[in-house]
Amino acid sequence: MKGMTIKAALFKLRAFIALIFIFSFFAFTADAFLSSTNLIILTKHVAINAILAIGMTFVILTSGIDLSVGSIVGLCGMIAGLLIDKGLVIEFLNVVIYFEIWVIVIISVIVGFIFGCINGFIITRFSVAPFIATLGMLYVARGFALLINDGATFPNLIGKEELNNTGFPLIGSGTFLSLPYTIWVMFILALIAVFLTTRTKFGRHMYAIGGNTKAANLSGVNVNGVTLLTYGLSGFCAGVVGVIVTSQLISSHPATGTTWELNAIAAVVLGGTSLMGGRGSIGGTIIGAFVIGVLSNGMILEGVSSFWQKVIMGSIIVLAVMIDQLQTKFIEKDD
Amino acid sequence: MEKILEAKNINKVYPGVVALDSVNFNVYKAKVNVLVGENGAGKSTLMKILSGVEKQTSGELFLNNKILEINSTKDAEENSIGIIHQELNFFPNLSVHENIFIANEILNSHKTINVNKQISLTKELMLKLKQDINPNSRLESLRIGQQQIVEIAKALQKKTQILIMDEPSSALSKNEASVLFDVIKELTNQGVTIIYISHKLEEIMQIGDVITVLRDSKFICEEQISKIDIPWITEQMVGKRSFESVNDSQAKIGNKVIEAKSIYLKKSKSEEFLLDNISFNSKSGEILSFYGLMGSGRTELLEIIMGLIKDFDGSIYLENNKLSQTSISKRISKGIVLVPEDRQGQGLVQCLSVLSNTLLSKISKKISDFFLNSNQERSAVNKAIDYLGIKVSNSDNLITSLSGGNQQKVVIAKALETNPKLLMLDEPTRGVDIGAKQEIFYIMKKLAEKGLSIIFVSSEIKEVLAVADRVLVLAKGKITKELTGSELTEDSLVKHSQG
Ligand SMILES: Nc1ncnc2c1ncn2[C@@H]1O[C@H](COP(=O)(O)OP(=O)(O)OP(=O)(O)O)[C@@H](O)[C@H]1O
Ligand SMILES: [Mg+2]
Repeated sequence: MKGMTIKAALFKLRAFIALIFIFSFFAFTADAFLSSTNLIILTKHVAINAILAIGMTFVILTSGIDLSVGSIVGLCGMIAGLLIDKGLVIEFLNVVIYFEIWVIVIISVIVGFIFGCINGFIITRFSVAPFIATLGMLYVARGFALLINDGATFPNLIGKEELNNTGFPLIGSGTFLSLPYTIWVMFILALIAVFLTTRTKFGRHMYAIGGNTKAANLSGVNVNGVTLLTYGLSGFCAGVVGVIVTSQLISSHPATGTTWELNAIAAVVLGGTSLMGGRGSIGGTIIGAFVIGVLSNGMILEGVSSFWQKVIMGSIIVLAVMIDQLQTKFIEKDD
Repeated sequence: MEKILEAKNINKVYPGVVALDSVNFNVYKAKVNVLVGENGAGKSTLMKILSGVEKQTSGELFLNNKILEINSTKDAEENSIGIIHQELNFFPNLSVHENIFIANEILNSHKTINVNKQISLTKELMLKLKQDINPNSRLESLRIGQQQIVEIAKALQKKTQILIMDEPSSALSKNEASVLFDVIKELTNQGVTIIYISHKLEEIMQIGDVITVLRDSKFICEEQISKIDIPWITEQMVGKRSFESVNDSQAKIGNKVIEAKSIYLKKSKSEEFLLDNISFNSKSGEILSFYGLMGSGRTELLEIIMGLIKDFDGSIYLENNKLSQTSISKRISKGIVLVPEDRQGQGLVQCLSVLSNTLLSKISKKISDFFLNSNQERSAVNKAIDYLGIKVSNSDNLITSLSGGNQQKVVIAKALETNPKLLMLDEPTRGVDIGAKQEIFYIMKKLAEKGLSIIFVSSEIKEVLAVADRVLVLAKGKITKELTGSELTEDSLVKHSQG
């Protein structure tokens, strides 16, 4: 940008600088940290949270919130598991259909999208507060996840040769250019999301809705449509995560994803997106997800007890936002 | 005359903008000290410095010849300096009395809020301002003029010695403004010093004692109001003597663009009609104006046409096709657009840039319009900036960094970007300086010549007379009179608007 002072530039990159700082700290103090196996494991963990956080960023930009993503992860994972293990049972015709893996992936992700859209529909059509609507969905989707196999898991999802549905574990374990697919998926989704938020009308309209809904409405922004779609996209991201995690574990558990929505929200907030809506970026969110991922990975390597890990993580999230606020004030006053 | 407050060599620099360039400003005790200048001249910035909202980059302030350090709004309050800001800031969800006593609550012996006392004091204030506003109404339910009155009441309640009023009258009707002037007279008689900013030059001549002019962030001159006239003010402000009045338009009046038939709208929570069987039409090439007192339903009428208000009876036709319950975006793409009265609430998205705001309404014609093209956008916005003379150093700057009048121009630019057939403007000149006002009128005439139909609402009779081809006078929910040509006079407008 033209005419930006060095100070302002540093300020813009503050989250990134913090990330480098944390990263260097563990690089020097924890031996195994910089090994390529560890870095790949770390990034794989980050990717899960980052993908959820990308969808969450859309929602938060419109000044909403989506508490249901963790449950939708569990639900979509169970659906993938069901379709591989038992197939689609159509009782009155007495048939069972087994799909190929790619169809199963698409169905699971679409289920996530639809559940997200249901959130959006309830929020926009019936003016239910996003917190309430998605809180309800948190229970509903988890309930469905448990109902699918009566609370039990689908183990060993390797498929059967004769049903032509093998290869599911490859999604979680396969690599391309020696990076796991999971990481590639995060990259690609992040790039699309950056493009959506900065280069399309849809993106600008998200910011406008979060900034001033009334003015956006009067300017002809399709407030309900855009809002509904952001929840749909958040559900879509949750569906993607559901498939990936199920494949990584080669089994689906109905409790997968419990409280993951909170990690996603933390990443978004750490990345500098305002919970009031209208301000923030996908880049920030990705950095936020990395901050959380590097911290927890580093702490494990340092042998910090898991109880203390929670205390530290929580404190750092709040501290980061506090510093953010102070600096914003300081910068505004200063120039 | 006794100097009470003095600003010497004040500089204020924002990134990329010099808002004040060694400005001097004298404030005389118990006088109405008027400050004028074009949009973006630096008036509000200077007032923000006096009231502790902003800190000057350099320069000094003196109170009673003693140096004065103001670092926060609290400092200003302690020195008995109060301000009514140009952009209203209130709590829409709180009641009138809660707003007036916010952070200043009256407590009783148990340290709880003494609501009854607050309500009775609010009633007194409203009596003084001759306003019929219920202390328990929520702020968001009030008209914008009434919100302004509450803001004034809040400042009066604090009983400051120096009271800054940054364009307090821009949203007021003539009657409300004249009450305000009475209050100002009373205050100065009691020894209170007033600093008064306005773009309405007649009222400055009426109530001002001393005038200070800023131009391009610089101090130009200071003069006794008794020694000057309006052309003098414009000359000092703009650097030239006066504007040619808008010449009569060459527009040919054509076909009906919009037609409303039997519109009924009930007042909220009541069985009374705000709009009672209103029918009218407006034609291409014509500037139609609605005139009426505040609260006569002009804004609501525009909002019905725009599709913002949906629970009305009656029907609307655009070029003889009935408009069904379509969304606002559909109506915009069909060529209807509204410049709203409340620019902060409905006009602007505060966290977006000038560019994004200007292009927010742009309609997509092709699929590829879904993607933003920064070069194309930039040139479109630069054209609009030139066309309307918007003062901004970089269109990526936040909209809130513009002066009030320039923000208003962005709202107008946004509407023009949609290429409308029907352009509705609700008080479009609020807070806009005289030069820009003429500019806006000129643009309206030009657009009418191009065949647009324009509906213009203003509470300024002079503005209505200057631009309207035809005026419909509204009173008590009905159209009481239609005036054109030589019937269009100040007297007839006033007479018929009383109902
Ligand atoms: N926070 C800010 N950041 C950058 N520039 C600013 C900021 N606030 C004001 N400015 C600039 O300072 C200049 C003076 O603005 P100011 O609001 O004082 O004008 P004004 O005289 O009150 O105009 P108006 O009559 O339109 O209210 C403008 O060019 C404006 O864009
Ligand atoms: Mg101003």
